[in-house]
Amino acid sequence: MSFSFEWLLAIRFLKEGRMQSWLILAGVTGGVAIIIFLTQLINQLQGTIIDRVLSSQAHIVIKPAEETTIRQQSTFVTSALIQPRGQRLRSIDQWENIAQLARNTPGIKAVSPVATGPVFVRHNLASKSVALLGIMPTEYTKIVNMYRYMVKGRFDITGDQTVIGTDLAKDLGVTIGDRIQITTEDNQQQNLTIVGLFDINNKDLNKRWVFSNLRLAQTLLNIPGGVSNIDLAVVQLFQAKQLAQRLKAQTGLDIESWMESNSGLLNALSNQTVTNNLIRIFVVIIVALGIASVLVVSVVQKQKEIGILRAMGAKRAQVLRIFLLQGAIFGTLGSTLGISLSFGLLTLFSLIYKSPDGSMLFTAQLDPKLAIMASVVAMIVGILAALVPARRAARMDPVQAIRS
Amino acid sequence: MQPPILELTDIRKSYAIGTSVETEVLHGINMTLSSGSFNALTGPSGSGKSTLLNLIGLLESPTSGTLRINQHDTQNITDAELTKLRGQNIGFVFQFHHLLPAFNALENVMMPAIIHQYSDKQKASTHAKSLLSAVGLADAWHKKPSELSGGMQQRIAIARALMLTPPLILADEPTGNLDTRAADDIFKLMKQINEAQGITFLIVTHDTKLAARCQNRYHLVDGALTHPEDFTSENLD
Repeated sequence: MSFSFEWLLAIRFLKEGRMQSWLILAGVTGGVAIIIFLTQLINQLQGTIIDRVLSSQAHIVIKPAEETTIRQQSTFVTSALIQPRGQRLRSIDQWENIAQLARNTPGIKAVSPVATGPVFVRHNLASKSVALLGIMPTEYTKIVNMYRYMVKGRFDITGDQTVIGTDLAKDLGVTIGDRIQITTEDNQQQNLTIVGLFDINNKDLNKRWVFSNLRLAQTLLNIPGGVSNIDLAVVQLFQAKQLAQRLKAQTGLDIESWMESNSGLLNALSNQTVTNNLIRIFVVIIVALGIASVLVVSVVQKQKEIGILRAMGAKRAQVLRIFLLQGAIFGTLGSTLGISLSFGLLTLFSLIYKSPDGSMLFTAQLDPKLAIMASVVAMIVGILAALVPARRAARMDPVQAIRS
Repeated sequence: MQPPILELTDIRKSYAIGTSVETEVLHGINMTLSSGSFNALTGPSGSGKSTLLNLIGLLESPTSGTLRINQHDTQNITDAELTKLRGQNIGFVFQFHHLLPAFNALENVMMPAIIHQYSDKQKASTHAKSLLSAVGLADAWHKKPSELSGGMQQRIAIARALMLTPPLILADEPTGNLDTRAADDIFKLMKQINEAQGITFLIVTHDTKLAARCQNRYHLVDGALTHPEDFTSENLD
């Protein structure tokens, strides 16, 4: 079947009502642009936030199971007060096996054993309480890319070398080449040479983290050969919770994903998504009503012409298609223009709004999937909105239409 | 002798007024138009002329009676079939020409062919141009209806009615909106087409002088045909 008649009439009628056509086209364009702009902006900003939060932490952390006091069953005692037990620094039992299990789990891309515990660090008169992080650099940097955050020196922790944060260096009054003294809770002491300073964009971590190689930390923390936790990175960020639960079920250890340790952030992000969805729904409704109202007016204006066309042998279905086509044309043209407009807005926005440090908050991008989805939705909405006026036109009695 | 192009047998048409009252506007019309005839339908306002024309044009259905057009029965057929029958057999010329303002003269003439999805655009265009020159408007093909006079618009409407060479043309007050001279031109044009191509015409008109120049005259009063007068060829012109 050829639609040349319907196309010809649809386009001529649109051209004839030029003002109306431009206005509704502008409406659809604006609607599509708002939807794409908001969605893209929120997606990208959320991506940036998650990226920043997760760039300095593991996606999943495996810790030894908490030590609990088990009450002895007794027939005489009917109630008892059980004090929670203090948690001492312990190694994960059989950690090599657990690490291997994690490595073999699909969806996990990096596994890094860490020996970490509280120590004091001294230089001359200054003394600070910090966290000693004993790591295997090749594994750990796959989870937190320390190379990226180095501001001075290099990330090299072989032997008795260490890397500390810029804020801790300032507090202690030290720089590269200086030696600092580590004292553990059972009074073991060790001197370390600073070979690098990092700035991880987090003042607290810049003050707290002191890196050493794994073996040295194991000795100092008195867990020879052991690790206090295993850090994991996952391929799909939002699979972390599920993977953590799976590993927990398999090992019985205390395993937490970033999604649980940052539940406040996740809540905020999902609220933002809900708001965006509401805005999208309302914009779609308004655009649909706009198209429908313009076409209803157009059908009323054109009723005489519709009557003549019907008298000349135009079928009801042909008349119906003329107006459905108009809806589809509005949807398609509007979404094409709207996509371009939204990209312009995103570029403008990325130039105006920047991070506090002056770097780009985000770069203007357009997810092709989002663009295709918006076009398809716009076309469907256009056709659906045209359905009521189109049916009205098709049902029109030619005699009444001509006489009116 | 050729079979009649149109046969009406005991056609009645009622309209519901309000919810319960029905008013019959046509009371059993019998009418036969022979192929190639040139006919006038006259009658005072409100006599049912337009209703009868709408029934013949298959734009409305009769309440009872049979209507055969070009050997086709029109009872118990679907709306789509009626539309098809109308497109193939009937050309319309309305009082207010009813051209499509968004299209130029040539496109308006071609419109019936466009509606019926003619595949050969070139042939349709050539045919439309020859029709435009037949009605004396060969040079105005690119003009929009709003740029043409009432008489010219009516000529285009006639050319459009001829586009698919229908055997029957129904004209509703084709000269009603024109001055005497333009009306006379249009009438002559229709007569000429009738004689040259053998197309049957049924012209609704108030103008008794014009009606008198037609081959057959049907007079409708209060929904019934009265004294169908036959005019001999001597009375013509």
